[in-house]
Amino acid sequence: MSESMAPPKRAFAPVQWMRDNLFNTWYNILLTVVVVYMIGTSIGPLLNWLFLDATFTGADPKDCVGDGACWLFINQRLNFFMYGFYPDAQQWRVDIMFFLLAVAFVPQFIERFPARRWLGIFGMTGLPIIGYILIPGGWFGLEEVQSNKWGGLMLTLILAYVGIIGSLPLGIILALGRRSEMPVIRGFCVIFIEVWRAVPLITVLFMASVMLPLFLPEGMNFEKLLRALIGITLWQSAYMAEVIRGGLQAIPRGQYEAGSALGLGYWRKMRLIILPQALTLVIPGIVNTFIGLFMDTTLVLIIGLFDILGTVQSTITDPAWQNVAIEGYVFVAFCFWVFCFGMSRYSQNLERKLDTGHKT
Amino acid sequence: MTEQMQSEQGQTVVDSAKADKTIIHVEAMHKWYGSFHVLKNLNLDVAQGERIVICGPSGSGKSTFIRCINRLEEHQQGKIVVDGVELTDDVRHIDSVRKEVGMVFQHFNLFPHMTVLENCCVAPIWVRKTPRKEAEATAMEYLKRVKIPDQANKYPGQLSGGQQQRVAIARALCMKPKIMLFDEPTSALDPEMIKEVLDTMIELASSGMTMLCVTHEMGFAKTVADRVIFMDGGEIVESAPPHDFFDNPQEPRTQQFLKQILHH
Repeated sequence: MSESMAPPKRAFAPVQWMRDNLFNTWYNILLTVVVVYMIGTSIGPLLNWLFLDATFTGADPKDCVGDGACWLFINQRLNFFMYGFYPDAQQWRVDIMFFLLAVAFVPQFIERFPARRWLGIFGMTGLPIIGYILIPGGWFGLEEVQSNKWGGLMLTLILAYVGIIGSLPLGIILALGRRSEMPVIRGFCVIFIEVWRAVPLITVLFMASVMLPLFLPEGMNFEKLLRALIGITLWQSAYMAEVIRGGLQAIPRGQYEAGSALGLGYWRKMRLIILPQALTLVIPGIVNTFIGLFMDTTLVLIIGLFDILGTVQSTITDPAWQNVAIEGYVFVAFCFWVFCFGMSRYSQNLERKLDTGHKT
Repeated sequence: MTEQMQSEQGQTVVDSAKADKTIIHVEAMHKWYGSFHVLKNLNLDVAQGERIVICGPSGSGKSTFIRCINRLEEHQQGKIVVDGVELTDDVRHIDSVRKEVGMVFQHFNLFPHMTVLENCCVAPIWVRKTPRKEAEATAMEYLKRVKIPDQANKYPGQLSGGQQQRVAIARALCMKPKIMLFDEPTSALDPEMIKEVLDTMIELASSGMTMLCVTHEMGFAKTVADRVIFMDGGEIVESAPPHDFFDNPQEPRTQQFLKQILHH
């Protein structure tokens, strides 16, 4: 038998690489020059505006001098952007929730973090319960804080988090129901999905806040935020159901049959065999939907809830601050980007981990 | 003529001699796919420990037939009784039959998201309620028996076809079934891997397992089977012990089939 050889080494030579890829034809040379020129002329001013000429600290709007960004504005109003009208003395409750959220989910990015799986499970189950007790208060001696005082990033996270946690299991149930052999269940799921999916979120929110109270009996009136949360969750679960159904359809019939032949009943077969594979397949779609939802939470502005975008938007019209709109929007964009990028990275992480290199 | 008698009476002899040990009883069973009559009036009694090979041209309904025995397909007429339980729409009946009937598929159908060991343990743990430790020990035992204990912690995707099929056999055996069904277990394998799977099946047969195999491996049928059943057009055309079946087939359709498959 002839001996195995190592594969030929491919040395990385930057000059050679550039010659092959950036300067190989006349139009590539032209393109390279134009792009380099554009980057070169824009990056300097951008850095200047963002950091070098920017004002970060100070006492009041007059400290914002110079051509750079006025981050002082964000700095000064950060409390409002984070908590809305949540009373200062009670904000530690929200801080605990921020902290717990970080404890539950940041370790998910760190391979080999001890008990990270349990932290994840806590984040999906225990965390909402603690939040439900802590944030509104009104029991255990906690002062009650009405939901119309909630706002800012905290509200955005509550909306997105409840939407995500609620819509995933609901979506799974709806997707399974739509593939059920029982006509009543299937019919119900099809109607539910098709109705909710055909309605824009903005309409759902509007209905939940304005129309729903008209239909409810006198005295049965639950809060606007709760109505919005239910609306968002149901609306989102219809989308989620279709994403998951795509995954279920990709699982070959042999997997169902092998599960059945081993004597696994419907629910065990789904939970142990089918769903783990189907959900893994559609992680990109699921995260895409989550990110979409995260962005869509900004629509609650139209029913008078102040999420992070709402708080920023209402502040930039403050006459005390002049020309801070760009800073405000950049800040909002950055906040959204951090969370959405985080979700995206996590999903890639998960995909890699769950890939067993074999699709039947 | 004598063979004809034997083949026809073979069943009755088995019936009367081991009447108490009949483990599968199929009586006047019919099945349709829509308006297409796939299985026509099938009758079969399988005694405990009997090894049966079912062969026939493709589309003859042989796979459909054995899939009816653990109700992966449902029959519309007639009666199937497995280990004393009649298969009906009753889910509890179906579940109790499936516990006792292992199945090996043409395309293995291993669970790709689980390791080999997890594949073997999932049903004992969740269906038989075996403690995990015990289930794993049993699984390792069977993996040793199919000669791949060293692959226990790999994923199915990392194994060759022959290895995967042996895992599939071990997975079915871990449920300690009374009956094993094989649905063309070697048809999807590369030629050099067929032998390792057949060897495993032969070893299993020698341990006294009741086996129903749909296969084209006539060598296997000759060495292992107690009875060979030939199906064509959804019917059982001929049923005889292997030496009669191969050396002296009675039915013209059987003769033609054997000529086709043995003639090269």
